[in-house]
Amino acid sequence: MPTQDLARVAPVRSLDPAVTRGEIEEFLIHEAALLDEWRLEEWLALVAEDGQYLVPSLDSPASDHRTALFLISDDRRNLASRVRQLLGRATWAEFPRSRTRRLVTNARILEQADDWVKVTANFAVWRFQHDATDCYVGRYINVLVRGPGGGLMFRERRAVLDLETLRPHGKVSFIL
Amino acid sequence: MEAMERREFIVDDRDRGVFRVNREAFTDPEVLEIERREVFDRTWLYAGHISEIPTPGSFLTRRIGGRPVILTCDAAGKPHVLLNSCPHRGNLVCHEKSGSARALTCFYHAWSFDLSGKLLGVPDAEAYTPAFDRSAMGMTSVPRMENYRGMIFISYDANIESLESYLGRAREYLDYMIDFGGEEVEIVQGAQSYSMKANWKLLVENSMDGYHALSTHNRYFHQYLPDIGMDPTAWAGANRTMGRGVNLGGGHAMVESPQRPTPLTSSAKAELDAIRARLVEKHGPDRAHRIAGFTRNLFIFPNLILISLWHTVRTFYPLRPDYMEVDAWALFPKHESQDLRRKRMDNFLSFLGPGGFATPDDVSGLEGCQRGFATRHELPWSDISRGMGREEPSSQDELQMRAFWRRWDALMHGRRGPTDCADRPERRMAAE
Repeated sequence: MPTQDLARVAPVRSLDPAVTRGEIEEFLIHEAALLDEWRLEEWLALVAEDGQYLVPSLDSPASDHRTALFLISDDRRNLASRVRQLLGRATWAEFPRSRTRRLVTNARILEQADDWVKVTANFAVWRFQHDATDCYVGRYINVLVRGPGGGLMFRERRAVLDLETLRPHGKVSFIL
Repeated sequence: MEAMERREFIVDDRDRGVFRVNREAFTDPEVLEIERREVFDRTWLYAGHISEIPTPGSFLTRRIGGRPVILTCDAAGKPHVLLNSCPHRGNLVCHEKSGSARALTCFYHAWSFDLSGKLLGVPDAEAYTPAFDRSAMGMTSVPRMENYRGMIFISYDANIESLESYLGRAREYLDYMIDFGGEEVEIVQGAQSYSMKANWKLLVENSMDGYHALSTHNRYFHQYLPDIGMDPTAWAGANRTMGRGVNLGGGHAMVESPQRPTPLTSSAKAELDAIRARLVEKHGPDRAHRIAGFTRNLFIFPNLILISLWHTVRTFYPLRPDYMEVDAWALFPKHESQDLRRKRMDNFLSFLGPGGFATPDDVSGLEGCQRGFATRHELPWSDISRGMGREEPSSQDELQMRAFWRRWDALMHGRRGPTDCADRPERRMAAE
C-alpha cells in the first residue's frame, strides 16, 4: 500500500513507544510460531481490523493489488474466513494439515511514521505434505501498527515470493 | 510408434449407457508420447492474447505445446509467434520473459532478427559461402497462427483446418466469453502459473464437472459464502437443477447454468445492470440474454478452458503423465472502472487460483486421483457414464467429458476426420 493511503487510515494507536528492531524480531518469531503450530485464531488476532493479507502474482511481484491480479488479496473479512476454513474439516488441500517450518531472518525497518512502521524480513517456509517437500522462499513486507494492548499488529501482511512459478508447489493453501 | 493400434482405453456402449476410461490413459508414458504427436500437434492451441503484446516491439516468451515460442508484435503492429531457437546453432534467441525491443539478438553469436523473425545481422558474414541464403536464415514461425478476436491460437500442423472451422459450434460461446463486458477485453496484469501432480486429462474433466462442486468445494459454499453474508443455496441451487452439459462437437464441450447470485452480483449489482443495458442496446435483448443470462465453463479441445463466473482463461500442458503445468489469467473489460475491476479480481481470487478458496482443493483432488491410479492393475476403470441415458444431460452429468474423451480416442487412433461425440448419434436417432 502506498504511503499516502496509509496516512489516511486512522491509527489504532500511535507508535509510542517507538519500535526497535528487537521488538520487531520478537513479533516476527512469535507470529511464525503461531502459524507453524496452526494456532491460526491467535495469529488472526494480530491482524488489525483494516488489515490485509497480500501475495502478488509471481510475474508481477511489485504490482498493486488494486490494479493487478494477485494470488491472494484478502481483506480482514476474507482472511478471517480463510482462517475458519483452514481450521475446519472441508479444506481438502490442508486436510490433513501440512507440516510447515518457517525460517525468518534479515529483519529490517524500511520506513517509520508516527503510527506505523514498514518492516521487511526474508522467509523460507518449508512445507511437507503427502510425502512431498516444497519450499516457499521470499520476503515479507509488513506494515505494523500498535494495537489497543500496546503490542504490534499487522495492517498489511505482504508475502512476496521469489519463486518464478508455483511449480511443483501447485498451491498456496496455508498462510504464508 | 504408430497411433494406438491394438490398445483400447475407452469402453463406450451407448446402448447400455456404459462409459469407462482405462486408468492407464492417465499413467502410461507411451500414451503421453502419442498424445503429443496425435493430439497436441494436430490441434489448435491457445498461445496468448493480443493485449499481452500491445505495441510494436512488445514480446513475451512461453512454452506452447512443449516448444519455446516468442509472441511478438512487429513494427507494423502485426502479431507473430516464432519458435524460440536460433536458426544458426539453436540457442534460445530470447531468454527474457517479456519486454520491448527493436530487434531480438541471440547472444551466442550475436545474430539478430526483427520482430517478424527476419534476419537482420550476422557478424562477419563474409565468411559464408554463396550457398548461405540469408532470406532462409530468419527465425521460423510456428506452422499456423490465427487470431480469433484477440485470442491467438497456433498449430504445429500446417494442414489443419482454419481456426474458425475448428472452433465450430464452440465459437458462439467463445464470443459470449469475449462480449460479456460490452467492450474490448484484455488480459489483466498478473498470471497464475502453477502445476498439478496429475494427468492433464483430469483437469479437462474437472474444469467442466458440475458434480464435484458441492463436495470438493464444500468450504467455498458452506463457509466462505455465509462468511460474506451470502446464502449458498441460492448460488448452488440453480446449478443443481437447471444446468446442462453440452457436447459442442470436435471434442469441445460446455456446462451452462442460468446466471445466479455470486459475490460479484451482490458487490457490483449497479455496474453489472448498466453493462446489461449496454449489451441489450448493442446486441438486442435475445443475444444480451444469451451473453449475460448464463454462466458457462467452455472447453476448447484439447487444453483450453474459459469460465465465465470469473472470466478466466486457463490452459495446461503435460510434462509427464503425472504432472502438468497450468497457466491462468483474467480476461476483463479494458476500460471499466478500477473499482469494478477490483471487485472482479476479488471475486476471481475468492474461488480461483493457487491461493483461492476452491482451486487448491481441486489440485489436491486431482493429485489424489493420480496417486490412486497406482492401483490401476486391480482397479482399471474410471466411470464417466453419468446421465448417459438422459435426453438432456445436466451439468451434474458427464456428457461434456464423454465428448472430450470421444474426440481424444479418435485422434489417438489416428482417425482425424469428424468424430461423433454425442451420446445419441444423430444418424442413429434418425434410424430409430
